[in-house]
Amino acid sequence: MSAAPTSTPDRFASARRLRGFIRKEFIQVFRDPSSIGIAFVLPVVLLLLFGYGVSLDAQDIRLAVVVDQPSHDAQSFIGEFERSHYFIVLPMADQRQAEHALRARQADAILRLQDDFAARMQPGPAPAPIQLVVNGVDGNTARQVDAYVHGVWRRWLVQRAADSGDPLGMAVVLEPRVWFNSELRSRNFLIPGLVAVIMTLIGAMLTSMVIAREWERGTMEALLSTPVRTWEILAGKLIPYFVLGMGGLTLSLAMSVWLFQVPLRGSLVVMFVTSALFLITALGMGLLISSIARNQFMAGHIAIITTFLPAFILSGFIFDIHSMPDVVQAVTYIIAARYYVSILQSVFLAGDVWVVIWPNAIALVLMSFVFLALVRRSMRKGLG
Amino acid sequence: MIARLLALILKELLAIVGDNRSRTIIMVPPFAQTLVFGFAATYDLSDVPYAVFNEDRGPVARELLAGFSGSSTFRLEAVIDQERQITTMIDSRRVLMVIRIPPDFSSDVLSGGTGKAQIIVDGRNSNTALLAQSYAESIVTAFDEQWLADHGGRAPPSAIVTRSWFNPNLRTQWFFVPGIIGLLSLVVTTMVTALSVAREREMGTFDQLLVTPLRPFEILIGKIVPGMLIGFFEATIVVLLAIFLFRVPFRGDLLTLYVGTGCFLLSAIGVGLAISSISVTMQQGLLGAFMFLVPAVILSGFTTPIANMPVLVQRLTLINPLRYFVVVLRGVFLEGANLPMLADQLWPMLLIGAVSLTIAALLLRRRMY
Repeated sequence: MSAAPTSTPDRFASARRLRGFIRKEFIQVFRDPSSIGIAFVLPVVLLLLFGYGVSLDAQDIRLAVVVDQPSHDAQSFIGEFERSHYFIVLPMADQRQAEHALRARQADAILRLQDDFAARMQPGPAPAPIQLVVNGVDGNTARQVDAYVHGVWRRWLVQRAADSGDPLGMAVVLEPRVWFNSELRSRNFLIPGLVAVIMTLIGAMLTSMVIAREWERGTMEALLSTPVRTWEILAGKLIPYFVLGMGGLTLSLAMSVWLFQVPLRGSLVVMFVTSALFLITALGMGLLISSIARNQFMAGHIAIITTFLPAFILSGFIFDIHSMPDVVQAVTYIIAARYYVSILQSVFLAGDVWVVIWPNAIALVLMSFVFLALVRRSMRKGLG
Repeated sequence: MIARLLALILKELLAIVGDNRSRTIIMVPPFAQTLVFGFAATYDLSDVPYAVFNEDRGPVARELLAGFSGSSTFRLEAVIDQERQITTMIDSRRVLMVIRIPPDFSSDVLSGGTGKAQIIVDGRNSNTALLAQSYAESIVTAFDEQWLADHGGRAPPSAIVTRSWFNPNLRTQWFFVPGIIGLLSLVVTTMVTALSVAREREMGTFDQLLVTPLRPFEILIGKIVPGMLIGFFEATIVVLLAIFLFRVPFRGDLLTLYVGTGCFLLSAIGVGLAISSISVTMQQGLLGAFMFLVPAVILSGFTTPIANMPVLVQRLTLINPLRYFVVVLRGVFLEGANLPMLADQLWPMLLIGAVSLTIAALLLRRRMY
């Protein structure tokens, strides 16, 4: 088995053997409806569910409003919130009622205008304070609510200054411009990320139990005692699942573009080549898990622990990798999904940015080589 | 009967933790994952790389930029002097943000007008972009107010004072770490229970169990109790890490925490056993576990709020036990919530547990006779 194929007849024999072996694996895979279900049905169902379900855009913020003393200014200010489609205004009798609503999770924030609000809006030494109370348990939503309230407030001040002909004194203003996703729609980056998480899962599920099952049933020993080489077994296991996986991946990408309307600014070629690289890495990881575990119970367990949660939390799909501590950032380098998420977000939203694509694609190639080499080694060892 | 049941529970527990490798797989990951995820899962920004494109060179621009370089949120990565470099910097992800100061900025401000500073933000991750933008906005607002105060300008006629309950600095780590308790105990209990019946079926030991005098509900209890023990063990590890390592304030009481955990574990084990009794092979069991776990985690409100989902998906989350437990955990930790305050989160979990265990018992009985 260790000798390299040198003579021509041997090489022909090898090619024929490989073809036959792959055909056998194909028949085995396609006879089992569960792999087709995993490859095609699962990504569609999960992407449908998560594509609609996962969003970071706060909407319908329930704002409990307390106005101690009605006035023209108070009315026009609250009116701005009623017109904004981000807010649902809940008028409250007093601060106590509002605090009760916030505590009972019936309101997301309290906006209070105290009784001297109108008086202090007139030119004077100190500005009129507007009290905003947010529920800090969900810090991210609280920050968004704060930012939206500030936005409404700024708009109101500008409008009020224009109406009264009294210019608004501001020395410096900031003009933000957001590239690639100007309306800041979180789905535009979450959906490419979800495709990466889902495909990590599919790749590992398709292959993680394959070799473990063969060991458990003893058919692996039988296979190893035939003249089939280890790398041929590997190719035979990998190619059918790769074909299936690419089918599922294509469906997911098509759904992202047509159903979820994520703009695709890069080229299809780049997207498919990098997706294929990622899929090989994910399948390789599944094969590695199953050749290490040797039984299906362990393989399943390891697959869930090492694929889904790390891809979900450490890939940069939702949490910004830059903001993690250095040690944790170092851990993210061994997560294949990290590279794919980076590529997909760029190819979808920015275009074919080669400085992003090259390093990440090379990382994927390296990872897949390492995985497959490890699988090959652990299969050889099993023989002894 | 009690002795018989105890013996069965012991046997089931040994089946899970008796083997060295499977004990490792249950004990080690919660430690490691809590450590890594606890630090990784945050929406707070720090060290955001930015570049400066200053066409002004005046004193006001210098002062404004000092506000950015002095902030721990931002880290100056490069100073550029050509417009086309903005594209290179942002496209390559070397910086998340470019601050551009136009040529007449300082003179505008000094002559009593309004200076307009521009920021260009990479929107590939819109949440990060939104946060970076609002941090920048607050630096500029603070600078504006200071400038007006120092130079006798007229401040805006009103100001917003924001107070935040339970989490004054809005640290999102406090939001995620309690959630990890639910996340990891869900994964372990589901995995342990979802494959338990199928494993016995595949190994043939289920038939042996059937010829013993044990009744179906006893067999079920024999599978529930070990899952509970393992779940409580996992949860306790993560709770200890949350309090002593991550320093998340624990404002509630342990009784509420453990009653909540008990209700949750019952529902998770119930779902796991229902999956287990439906599936004939381990592969089906594993597939079922995946199909439950993945949506349960992603649609639990752990990372993205349930309130942001469309109504239909929101209704679907009502059958997700993790959804309730995440609220219980955050309530106990941050809000100091007690049992009566959390009652509306506890009974749905008990209901899910009761329904799924009934399904498991019925299926087990039908397959037995």
